[in-house]
Amino acid sequence: MLLPFLQRLAETEWSVALHESLWMWPLVESTHVLTLTIFAGTAMLFDLRLTGRALRSVPAAQVMLRLLPWTRAGFAVMAATGILLFYATPVRNYQNIFFRTKMIMMVLAGLNVWIFHRGIYRRVHEWGDAPLPPRAARLAGYASLVLWTGVIVCGRLIAYNWFDCDIQPQPDLINWVSGCVVP
Amino acid sequence: MLLPLFQWLEAAAPGEFIRTSLWLFPAIECVHLIGLVLLGGAVLLVDLRLLGVLLPNQPLRSVSDSGQRLLLWGVALMVVTGVPLFLSEAIKCYYSQAFWVKMTTLVPALLFALTVRRRVASGGEDTRSRAVRALTGAISLVLWFTVAAAGRWIGFS
Repeated sequence: MLLPFLQRLAETEWSVALHESLWMWPLVESTHVLTLTIFAGTAMLFDLRLTGRALRSVPAAQVMLRLLPWTRAGFAVMAATGILLFYATPVRNYQNIFFRTKMIMMVLAGLNVWIFHRGIYRRVHEWGDAPLPPRAARLAGYASLVLWTGVIVCGRLIAYNWFDCDIQPQPDLINWVSGCVVP
Repeated sequence: MLLPLFQWLEAAAPGEFIRTSLWLFPAIECVHLIGLVLLGGAVLLVDLRLLGVLLPNQPLRSVSDSGQRLLLWGVALMVVTGVPLFLSEAIKCYYSQAFWVKMTTLVPALLFALTVRRRVASGGEDTRSRAVRALTGAISLVLWFTVAAAGRWIGFS
């Protein structure tokens, strides 16, 4: 259902133009990578504060409130450039095992943020000044560090897909996970 | 003059080892990227604080202590992974303009971070004027941005 739509998307004029462009694609890709420093850089700084490994003398709520606008702005640029990169080669990305893993890890990272804000962060006034936050907050910090590291690694490996649908034969499991249509 | 050296480096065992592996180069690249995030995050944290944009009501020292430590971790990760990446494609780097832009900016960026910027950042608010602090942050940002952008461009050349 999604595949025919993406196949049509791949044939649109702009998708082909972006895919074949000499400058546009590298520029979008470079922006996507360099914005990592703003998005993941600030997100991981907050994670390190949560785990008590950086900025210990700055209140946790301060770190979060001051870094969050940067994290959000970085995420907006990453999402915009990421959508463009996906649009340049929609089918190749959709059937890419690393792209799929990356998306799942991003959902999990989002879930982790949601749980953190619904849970221990509500009582930040009780623990925010302590150099070492409580266990639940530290766990959220470590989970976030692991998940975003995974997202970055999978993101980089999208370009090296060793399990591309064009490379056959592959194990059935790989083809199933990648959504390859094998005759 | 440098070309024979680069040819020799590329032919040497470490580069050869990485080239014969299917996944080693991408794997090292991934760690290089994590280093970029740490280094970039640390640079942004301290430079934006020096510019008075980020955490302006927190003491400079409490921000710069963590920032400098993270910066060193980031630099360490990037150098440890960057050298093998270079060794595996030294001749390509020799002919890449982006590589030379990166290297000639990396030296002043590192020197600046370890000398002027470190002193200004660890000196606290009282030792330097607002303008000096802001200028230090701005110079550092421009230097590191150039290093990162040129670094990404090596892959496209």
